[in-house]
Amino acid sequence: MARITAGLAVSHIPAVGAAWDLGKTQEPYWKPVFEGFEWSKRWMAANTPDVIVLVYNDHANAFSLELIPTFALGMAERFEPCDEGWGPRPVPAVHGHPQLAAHLAESLILDEFDLTLANELQVDHGLTVPLTLLFGGPAAWPCRVIPLAVSVVQYPPPTGLRCSKLGAAIRRAVEAYDEDLTVQVWGTGGMSHQLQGPRAGLINTPFDTAFLDRLSTDPEALARTPHIEYLREAGSEGIELVMWHVMRGALSAEAREVRRFYHVPASNTALGHIIFEEPDGGSEGRDTQEGSPR
Amino acid sequence: MADARPPRTKPYADIPGTIVFDAEQARKGYHLNQFCMSLMQAPNRERFKADERAYLDEWPLTEDQKQAVLERDLNRCMQLGGNIYFLAKIGATDGLSFQYMAASMTGMTQEDYAAMMAAGGRSPEGNRFTGERG
Repeated sequence: MARITAGLAVSHIPAVGAAWDLGKTQEPYWKPVFEGFEWSKRWMAANTPDVIVLVYNDHANAFSLELIPTFALGMAERFEPCDEGWGPRPVPAVHGHPQLAAHLAESLILDEFDLTLANELQVDHGLTVPLTLLFGGPAAWPCRVIPLAVSVVQYPPPTGLRCSKLGAAIRRAVEAYDEDLTVQVWGTGGMSHQLQGPRAGLINTPFDTAFLDRLSTDPEALARTPHIEYLREAGSEGIELVMWHVMRGALSAEAREVRRFYHVPASNTALGHIIFEEPDGGSEGRDTQEGSPR
Repeated sequence: MADARPPRTKPYADIPGTIVFDAEQARKGYHLNQFCMSLMQAPNRERFKADERAYLDEWPLTEDQKQAVLERDLNRCMQLGGNIYFLAKIGATDGLSFQYMAASMTGMTQEDYAAMMAAGGRSPEGNRFTGERG
């Protein structure tokens, strides 16, 4: 049977992707960002799953205002990186898992989640920057990826609680899939940032720290955070953090935090990252040279 | 038909310096944002750059919206229904970074904005509620 082995969350800042693509990772501004992912890359290399369900949001690239699906699941065999106005990122195409995606679609809809199914979908930095941070620059991504796009551009996005429940439904669906697959769920976006208006540049480290702490120890209560609190405390774009609840909701109560990284600033944004392992997730070969993962 | 109900107060209306892109803004800005979206295609970018006014006139925008685009007044664009992710396509057409666009909305110079971010960003203290600084 398929099983969820781990979950992680990571910001998907476009400038981080551009820094990688332009070979700026050793520049003083970007070096601490990429160094912060060295441990995580080793962990990923030792724990690469068969499939990642990657929760992200599109930024007015694949979806305009013509159609605004709240949750869109990528069903295709292949998803190309899209041209966001500066040319497509020079990263490999993403290979999906149509069989598992079809099973997820069926299971989630019957579990009362009214998904939009995307058979054609180009993916933007929201999906590809996390892959770069965790895998670096391979010629091909080392596992399958099922995109799950969440609408967070037009207010209101789905609630954190709804996202958490979707995560739990994804777990049920994965555990009912009759093939021996390892699956990770990734939540992306955030943390505190505001890209617009006279308040642009807002960063709230105490909010972000508390969010990371509670995501680890008190996720059910955290998922009930009202939207107004994200807007006021974490900035108008900080509300992307609702997507992290899909990841956390997909994990068991026994999942434990093994890695955390936080850095300000990355362009306009507070970059956050956290990894949770399931107890039977299989962490042999995990690199602990740096001592405590935190 | 008269509607006796008072206008619904938005709980986020008192966040300073912030326009939440809700359904009302999206309705106002639909064509403005779709115009921005058209700039994802290189031939459209060329036509826009060759004659901005003529290209804008092809879209059912208000005169205010057209002027705001021509002046690259992103705060005004947002008031008129623009969304930052769509408006970023104009900046990309101009060859500007996202951070440049963000800085342009704050009234700060690009250098001062970058320095603020490097120092940890804009604090939420005094920036949660309109008028809290008295």
